[in-house]
Amino acid sequence: MGVATFFNPTRQTRVLPGFGLALGYTLVYLSLVVLIPLSAVFLESATLSGSEFWAIVSSPRVVATYKLSFGASLLAAAINAVFGLMLAWALVRYSFPGKKLIDALVDLPFALPTAVAGIALTALYAGNGWIGSLLAPLGIKVAFTPLGVLVALVFIGVPFVVRTVQPILEDLETELEEAAASLGANRLQTFSKVLLPTLLPALLTGFALAFARAVGEYGSVIFIAGNIPMVSEITPLIIITKLEQYDYAGATAVAVVMLVFSFLMLLAINLLQAWSAKRTGRNR
Amino acid sequence: MVAVGTLYGRGDARRYETNPATRETDWVKWLILTAALTFFLLFLLMPLIAVFTEALRKGWLTYLTAITDPDALASVRLTLLVAAISVPVNLVFGVAAAWAIAKFEFRGKRFLTTLIDLPFSVSPVIAGLIFVLLFGAHGWFGAWLFAHDIKIIFAVPGIVLATVFVTFPFVARELIPLMEAQGREEEEAAVVLGASGFQTFWRVTLPNIKWGLLYGVILCNARAMGEFGAVSVVSGHIRGQTNTMPLHVEILYNEYNFAAAFAVASLLALLALVTLGLKTFIEWKVERGLRDTI
Amino acid sequence: MSIQVKEIHKQFGEFVALDQVSLDFPTGALTALLGPSGCGKTTLLRVIAGLETADSGRVILEGEDASDTHVRQRRVGFVFQHYALFRHMTVLENVAFGLRVKPRRERPDDAEIRRRVHRLLDLVQLDALAERFPAQLSGGQRQRVALARALAVEPRVLLLDEPFGALDAQVRKELRRWLRRLHDELQVTSIFVTHDQEEALEVADRVVLMNRGRVEQVDTPAEVYEAPATPFVYGFLGAVNVFHGRIEGPHLRVGEATLPHEQTQVIHGAEAVAFSRPHELRIVTDPDTPHGVAAVVERVLIFGADVRVELDSLPGAAVRGEPAHYEVVMPRAQVDALALTRGQRVRLVPSQIRVFPSQAA
Repeated sequence: MGVATFFNPTRQTRVLPGFGLALGYTLVYLSLVVLIPLSAVFLESATLSGSEFWAIVSSPRVVATYKLSFGASLLAAAINAVFGLMLAWALVRYSFPGKKLIDALVDLPFALPTAVAGIALTALYAGNGWIGSLLAPLGIKVAFTPLGVLVALVFIGVPFVVRTVQPILEDLETELEEAAASLGANRLQTFSKVLLPTLLPALLTGFALAFARAVGEYGSVIFIAGNIPMVSEITPLIIITKLEQYDYAGATAVAVVMLVFSFLMLLAINLLQAWSAKRTGRNR
Repeated sequence: MVAVGTLYGRGDARRYETNPATRETDWVKWLILTAALTFFLLFLLMPLIAVFTEALRKGWLTYLTAITDPDALASVRLTLLVAAISVPVNLVFGVAAAWAIAKFEFRGKRFLTTLIDLPFSVSPVIAGLIFVLLFGAHGWFGAWLFAHDIKIIFAVPGIVLATVFVTFPFVARELIPLMEAQGREEEEAAVVLGASGFQTFWRVTLPNIKWGLLYGVILCNARAMGEFGAVSVVSGHIRGQTNTMPLHVEILYNEYNFAAAFAVASLLALLALVTLGLKTFIEWKVERGLRDTI
Repeated sequence: MSIQVKEIHKQFGEFVALDQVSLDFPTGALTALLGPSGCGKTTLLRVIAGLETADSGRVILEGEDASDTHVRQRRVGFVFQHYALFRHMTVLENVAFGLRVKPRRERPDDAEIRRRVHRLLDLVQLDALAERFPAQLSGGQRQRVALARALAVEPRVLLLDEPFGALDAQVRKELRRWLRRLHDELQVTSIFVTHDQEEALEVADRVVLMNRGRVEQVDTPAEVYEAPATPFVYGFLGAVNVFHGRIEGPHLRVGEATLPHEQTQVIHGAEAVAFSRPHELRIVTDPDTPHGVAAVVERVLIFGADVRVELDSLPGAAVRGEPAHYEVVMPRAQVDALALTRGQRVRLVPSQIRVFPSQAA
């Protein structure tokens, strides 16, 4: 039984050629590059007993990294949800000089290598940097503290919220707001009762995407974090630290925790997108 | 029906600013605009400017010395080589996957699409780790590779593998929605008119997806050249041999050679700007194309 | 007068959407704004609602100048062409919206809101669907929810933008009759926009005909149809036969033929254009008839008790370089008596004809 017959139980006639080849190639390549290597993590971790596994993933230093990685990522995603929404709103609703340029630069975190972002943010927010030197007199230290981790995670999360909310906002019929206004709603009521519920699924999707990305982020964080164990060490870094000590089992165990989290986020994001499509009447 | 009040087209904010029902009070508008632009300035624009000012802090001479240093040039060559391999490989995969998923119906289609996106949700560090587990000295194939004198981890093949993994979905995820939206009528028409499979793809499909394809390639390339975490795990950081540009930036930075680190970083920042420029150009081109067909 | 607009002018760039429009809308009446695409009817409706700001002119609601009142204070009910229902709210919450957003001291308590919403849903025959979401309703049901929502705030005037535009033909007909009955029951001053003449003539008490940002005629449906005030109205409402010619005393000369007319305000010798409805033409087979335009029978179409006869002008008798086409509708018995055949030469004699000076056409 070929690939084509397995995937096509109804055996409808296909006019277009190349289904078997394209799907077969896709599956083989996907398995070789992604699925088999990823399964190595789970198989490797299976060499550990349950209690060994638990001892690694619940050791105080590792738990401290979860707290920082997940806490800072949540906070960064929340900041992005608020400011990303405002930025998307400004880009869609207001005209101002330089708008096209700003619109294009929103994607900078996608295009700028993370290491570059990391050293640039460090230079800015260090005690002698442009922004750091303004904050230092106030007693606020950003670089080489957990706050620095937050700054880096906010940076890499910017495009997610803006780019999920912006198209929904552009497609929103003005009729909805006109209807609300003609029924006597003021601007705040229109926003909270009509616009926000409509934008909410997209906003949450953007939030979840930014959160998921932030938890796994490495390059932009390690320069600004200071990487002090128990204080400013993120979970991806502890995997690297364990690898450098040839502690494969340890690195793998922590990786399993992160991967399971990633899969759960992927599921959540898919559900959110389905909800978003339903609420805004858009079909992907 | 001539739509009313649509002197301003889609994407023109004046259509909101002139409508009493969609307009905010001036102070609210300024508040939102100020907050949004301050956020933009602090988190996006200033880091970008910082890269270039730090790079040129010690003058052009230092800058030029840094980017013409043999190790820097070696890192540029390696970065170009890695991108030259991983982008075409993922391009071919992306087209094949999109052809199967967008032009045919089969069970498990949505699940397959999710699997293709998987590398985006995996931390780059784990992307590196999986190849160390497979091909590292203590990995599954480690002993075999050692016996046959093949080096993957801490060598160029490992860097390529890790890069292919992290850039895996870029082309496919651009093409799938695009080709789904275009349907299969044009291809079916071509086949009915007697075109072969290859002719159908080359003469009908490809012209329709060229901008989407280019878009995916550009984003894929940017990530391939800029990847840090995954590559860092498998590289071994051997100067002049297994250092890509981002890794070279890290080494220089950790040696407190800031001016040189930012000099090399500025090349990557330029790459990012070119990427964004091309991306904007393609979006403009596609939007104009859409307008012309209406 | 419950609504008046005075000298409203509105321009979008170079395009003049409304050109000094002044109108009175009587209290309690249902008025149709009728005209072709781009005639300014929807813009006028939106100016009245406050969704569009006129460049100049006043909007007066119940004697009070509302020109500078924001849409949310105008207390107008607006039903949008695509309904604009809030899709994350149930039918009940949609209808309750206008009441729930009222300032606290004006807002009825929750029980009162529910009571009023249910009464309205009863009125639009949708009470059973109160807990549904808009996506679960048919087009006609959505339209009725939109109407109930607009009525919930007890508007001074109800404005409907192409209320039946997005519905299919069958539902459209039903909703038309239903809207008419509802209006008779509620007596809310209402204005609706339509490009469909049948809809306007069937539903409205009064019809305002608009073209290129100007008002062409304001009258009852019967009057606008029977006595069109301008050539535009003649052409826009129903099928019509057009004759181009010159005034010669009591006759209009069309080529070699003459048609009698009864108009007095036309000048002798002037170029003129004349209109006659298909049922206002008679077919005469006697070749010696003194009056009437010569024509050739092209097709005879029988539908029910009436017959439509399509005719062409004679070869060579083209007016302004174009061959004319005519349409005559007459009872079947008459056509049978004439025994028309294809290609037969006949004369067309109008029983009624309206003549306008040519430059007005």
